[in-house]
Amino acid sequence: MFYREAGDFKTSYKDDNQTFPIRLDRAGYWVALAVAFLIVPFMVNDYWVNAIFAPFFIYAIAALGLNILTGYAGQVSLGTGGFMAVGAYACYKLMVAFPEVNIVFHVLISGGITAVVGVAFGLPSLRIKGFYLAVATLASQFFLVWLFNKVPWFYNYSASGQINAPERSVFGVVVTGPHTEAWAKYLICLIFLVALAWIARNLTRGMMGRKWMGIRDMDIAAEIIGVNPLMAKMTAFAASSFFVGVAGALFFSVYLGAAEAGESFGITKSFLILFMIIIGGLGSIFGSFAGAAFMVLMPVLLKNVLVGMMGWPTDLAAHLEFMIVGGLIVFFLIVEPHGLAQLWRLTKDKLRLWPFPH
Amino acid sequence: MSLDTNADSYVTADGRTIGPVVMDLKNITLRFGGVVAIKDISFDIREGEIRAIIGPNGAGKSSMLNVISGFYKPQEGEVWFRGAKRPPMKPFQVARQGLARTFQNIALFDGMTVLDNIMTGRLNHMTSNMFQQAVWKGKAEREELANREVCEKVIDFLEIQHIRKTPVGRLPYGLKKRVELARALAAEPSLLLLDEPMAGMNVEEKEDMSRFILDMNDEFGTTIALIEHDMGVVMDLSDRVVVMDYGKKIGDGTPEEVRNNQDVIDAYLGVAHD
Repeated sequence: MFYREAGDFKTSYKDDNQTFPIRLDRAGYWVALAVAFLIVPFMVNDYWVNAIFAPFFIYAIAALGLNILTGYAGQVSLGTGGFMAVGAYACYKLMVAFPEVNIVFHVLISGGITAVVGVAFGLPSLRIKGFYLAVATLASQFFLVWLFNKVPWFYNYSASGQINAPERSVFGVVVTGPHTEAWAKYLICLIFLVALAWIARNLTRGMMGRKWMGIRDMDIAAEIIGVNPLMAKMTAFAASSFFVGVAGALFFSVYLGAAEAGESFGITKSFLILFMIIIGGLGSIFGSFAGAAFMVLMPVLLKNVLVGMMGWPTDLAAHLEFMIVGGLIVFFLIVEPHGLAQLWRLTKDKLRLWPFPH
Repeated sequence: MSLDTNADSYVTADGRTIGPVVMDLKNITLRFGGVVAIKDISFDIREGEIRAIIGPNGAGKSSMLNVISGFYKPQEGEVWFRGAKRPPMKPFQVARQGLARTFQNIALFDGMTVLDNIMTGRLNHMTSNMFQQAVWKGKAEREELANREVCEKVIDFLEIQHIRKTPVGRLPYGLKKRVELARALAAEPSLLLLDEPMAGMNVEEKEDMSRFILDMNDEFGTTIALIEHDMGVVMDLSDRVVVMDYGKKIGDGTPEEVRNNQDVIDAYLGVAHD
């Protein structure tokens, strides 16, 4: 009864294919978008953007990317951090080499470059599966980070070995560099996230997504129905790496401002994003958002509660935070192995009938 | 009553027209190391007919189907499909030529809904590329809706409307078999291979499945080659039957001919040794 579905008939296949088939959900989606675009930008300050919104949006993009590869196409990857580094360094080189070009294009081209690199490192997936593929992508993670530390050309021979984002603007609004306003940072990340989430949804709802899921669920059956496994896996790697590359470019240029490959894009980043999609829900767009939100917000929340409200020392709180987040991950995996997305789905099914049992 | 099954085309007793040869297998031999799975077998499948392949366990029936669908590459022999010799191909290339099949032990995509599973059958009828699909509006959406309509026809035909949106993993065995058939049928194949479509079914489900196979052949004119163990079903459904035993062909012809073939009787009932 929470959802009033009576009389909401679908009379065309187009209506039936909608992303939000329930009217109330659809309304909620538009309201959320309106609030995010029209109200929040006027209220955010530096703390909210830097601690919550920017990392949440950027990690959500990366999680969407990894979810395409791991959740939809079933190819496990531990190289996400390395691919984010490719996006970041590509973006840095482009920003420095072509200062007159709009940063939005730089970010998109960085995604494209990452897609090419992703396809190259995805080639082993044709021969190896599962854990073995995970190890192969792990090798790409270490190789890429090593490469960006070892070859000075990538960081333009700077003494510190770091890359620093120069100041760039979009339509006269500064979006990178130290003089960026909080709302500008917020908006550019949000725009990228909404656009990419829309693309991810389109790719996964149609034939592309079915090819990927076919390869994931049973590759022999997929091949017999006409899926070219090479193309399906390579497109999954390309699309996924594009998302991850864009996330890496934004992470470096808009969020961090300065980065060093080993520190910002190390193996922990790969695991962090893998945890996001496992907790959020494999093979679900909503799951990518939920997982990113969980992994970004939980530490912030714990810190606020432990340090701010209970007055614990910061170092003790930081250690406890690890334990609690780890414990929660285990808890979630036991209670709902399909992640927060499945939890949400079940809740929704309950709400459609509530308060009646059947 | 006897039919001249060698003529270019002929009309069966129930009024269906059987056309020219679609699939012609010439002297196929398949070996796995020292084991000869198929020994010098030739037979053809004609347009519009229901062709059964029978034989005791281990006779090489499934291997034969795997040769036709491109999973196994025969060491000797030629596969002719629609009048042209088929070069060595990957299974997905074979599928693109218009061949669809089902498996003995269901091969569906468990994580996807019934509708999505059936939509994968339309794969070879859709041409929009990745970028068009990323934008969705325009060609990708038009194509999706047009192909959805075809799938809905198949869903209607196989009477699985009620489970359209159910994930396949949750379905019982009988329905899974039907969904797999639907996926193969949605591809509108020029040759449909069914590997034991009635394995593990009760009488009622077998009757349903037989009806579907006959209707499919009758309404859509689908050419069907099937492997089946239930002799009653095979004799009732098929126009011509190939009998295999130990990798060799021991009989080929109409159900009556096969039923009276001494080699076939020997293979199924055994021979007295004295």
